[in-house]
Amino acid sequence: MAEERRFLSASGVPIALRRRQHSASCRELAVRGPRLQLRSLSAATSAVWLAAYGLFALCENSMVLSAAIFITLIGLIIYLHFVKIDQESLLVIGSLGIQVTSAYASGKESTTFIEMGHVKDVVINEAIHMQKVIYYLCILLQDPEDPQGVSEVVPLFQVS
Amino acid sequence: MVLKVFFPSCCSSADSGILIGRWISEQNSAVILAVVHFPFIPVQVKQYLGEVQRVTKVSVSVLGSWSNSKQEKEESLSEFLEDLGTIFCHEPWIQISKEGDSKFWSCSILQKHSKNPQEEEIILVYYDQRKVMLSHLHPPLDTAGQRAEDASKLSAIFDTVARSQVLFMTDRYDEGPIKLTHWQSDGVEASIIVELLKQASVPACMLLTLLLSLLSGICRSRVLKFWPLSFLWSKLSTCEQLGHRLQHLQLISSNKKAQNQNQLMRKANIFVSLLIDVALGILLMSWLYRKNRIGHLADTLIPVADHVAEELQDLLQWLMGAPAGLKMNRALDQVLGRFFLYHIHLWISYIHLLSPFIEMILWYVGLSACLGLTVALCILSDIIALLTFHIYCFYVYGARLYCLKIYGLSSLWRLFRGKKWNVLRQRVDSCSYDLDQLFIGTLLFTILLFLLPTTALYYLVFTLLRLLVVIVQGLIHLLVDLIDSLPLYSLILRLCRSYRLA
Repeated sequence: MAEERRFLSASGVPIALRRRQHSASCRELAVRGPRLQLRSLSAATSAVWLAAYGLFALCENSMVLSAAIFITLIGLIIYLHFVKIDQESLLVIGSLGIQVTSAYASGKESTTFIEMGHVKDVVINEAIHMQKVIYYLCILLQDPEDPQGVSEVVPLFQVS
Repeated sequence: MVLKVFFPSCCSSADSGILIGRWISEQNSAVILAVVHFPFIPVQVKQYLGEVQRVTKVSVSVLGSWSNSKQEKEESLSEFLEDLGTIFCHEPWIQISKEGDSKFWSCSILQKHSKNPQEEEIILVYYDQRKVMLSHLHPPLDTAGQRAEDASKLSAIFDTVARSQVLFMTDRYDEGPIKLTHWQSDGVEASIIVELLKQASVPACMLLTLLLSLLSGICRSRVLKFWPLSFLWSKLSTCEQLGHRLQHLQLISSNKKAQNQNQLMRKANIFVSLLIDVALGILLMSWLYRKNRIGHLADTLIPVADHVAEELQDLLQWLMGAPAGLKMNRALDQVLGRFFLYHIHLWISYIHLLSPFIEMILWYVGLSACLGLTVALCILSDIIALLTFHIYCFYVYGARLYCLKIYGLSSLWRLFRGKKWNVLRQRVDSCSYDLDQLFIGTLLFTILLFLLPTTALYYLVFTLLRLLVVIVQGLIHLLVDLIDSLPLYSLILRLCRSYRLA
């Protein structure tokens, strides 16, 4: 079954959490952030184009305008493909492992798989960031040869 | 308890048959490697599996049945498949079936001798056999034995798939008692052309090896080892680059196959780099020989050399005057300046002597660009070195003079203070000099000291010029090294088929 609930993230942005249970040992948790807003996109584009027009008025070279359009397009593509993460999801399969997927706005997905043998524990850590204390979920990893020590700490849902 | 079944995605459209693979009991998981189709004789299947097990040391056995029926589910077929479980007794017996075009599969287990008859949960994991095999994601074979219990569970799965290479050699299209379906059934990774190339490459490699051994035999012969010639060969960077490329060719055309992934990648990188190099060289050659560019180049070479000589003469006149406001010692200045000017004059006469032959020499030397762009760049660097030979000579003269002066100054300074360099003890000892020794020594020291700025200035100027030439040559060599050692094959593989580069 799937249920979706809305919350507010630590920085005040509305996010949605969806939990699904596929079977007794398999669960999926997905956190979806807000889409790219039209007003922020138009604000950035008009700022760049106004600056380019100002430069053009100064130096009378029309290459500045075409360069500004080019830069805006390329910048938008790079932002959508490499920076803007729309959804992060966690797929837990008992006795097999945990898979963390990040889906970008352009459709690209990057996944990381952690084997069950490497997972020691899942904890909630606190961190002091600027003037507030935020909580984040993270997985503690262990080396299979050394069950006592913690080899790595992997924070989850970093962007949302 | 959870049972994990790893099923190859290429078998999802295969006809009905039985599943063979490996059962890993400590992880409660089954790795399916292939599907054997009907009709088969159970005894032959067991024999074949025994042979495979002996060769690959992977305990392959029959794990279950797979039914892919296009029509309605037939009861007789399902009973037949259950009866198969009694022939190939394996515990537990996995039955996977898919009906028609439905997306859903049903997977069930039969346990005959189970101690606790509870419902087991089955997790079915699809894996892409082709990508696992091609990406070499398995641990190295030599350490697999000792650290079996430390290895993670998934690497045991990859290891199983990777070591059963020999199982993937026969196919359902081959004649024989066993008909298998696995990742190779979809079509071998290469096309006809690549197969033909592979067949043709063996005699080509042998021919190339023969030619190369002949060539290296000639190069190493005693004739070319006499002192002036060997000194020349070591100084010219073209010969070094040609020797380097010869080594690369020998590496590629050798008969033995690459032992491991590293060597294979290195061979492939060298091959691609050679190909690109020769292609760029031929492109350069075709550009150069069009519209008589060689003639233009030869025509501009002499005026450029003249121009450089004129600039040097101006520089020496400036030094002989009062450079940068410094007052030089007039006599020494004139001597050094005239000496260098005469040198330049000699050099220019030699260049003018050579000028009718320049075009022909350039034409023939340009032909060697077809051996590769790196060779052409090395020739360019050598030509620059030859043309600026007089700058090199000036630098040597200036450095020698300066060096002598510094030695003299330091030794006389020690005499001035009453000390001496003890060669036996390698240190400075005090020494009592006679009065006339002290007198002459101090006189010479003063002379040398006051002549120091002149020599130092000449040394500085010519060292800077030499540095300029060395920087230009260094940039060219950097480019040559870049072309030599850039792993283009790995880069292209990373962009196009990144699963092969685990």
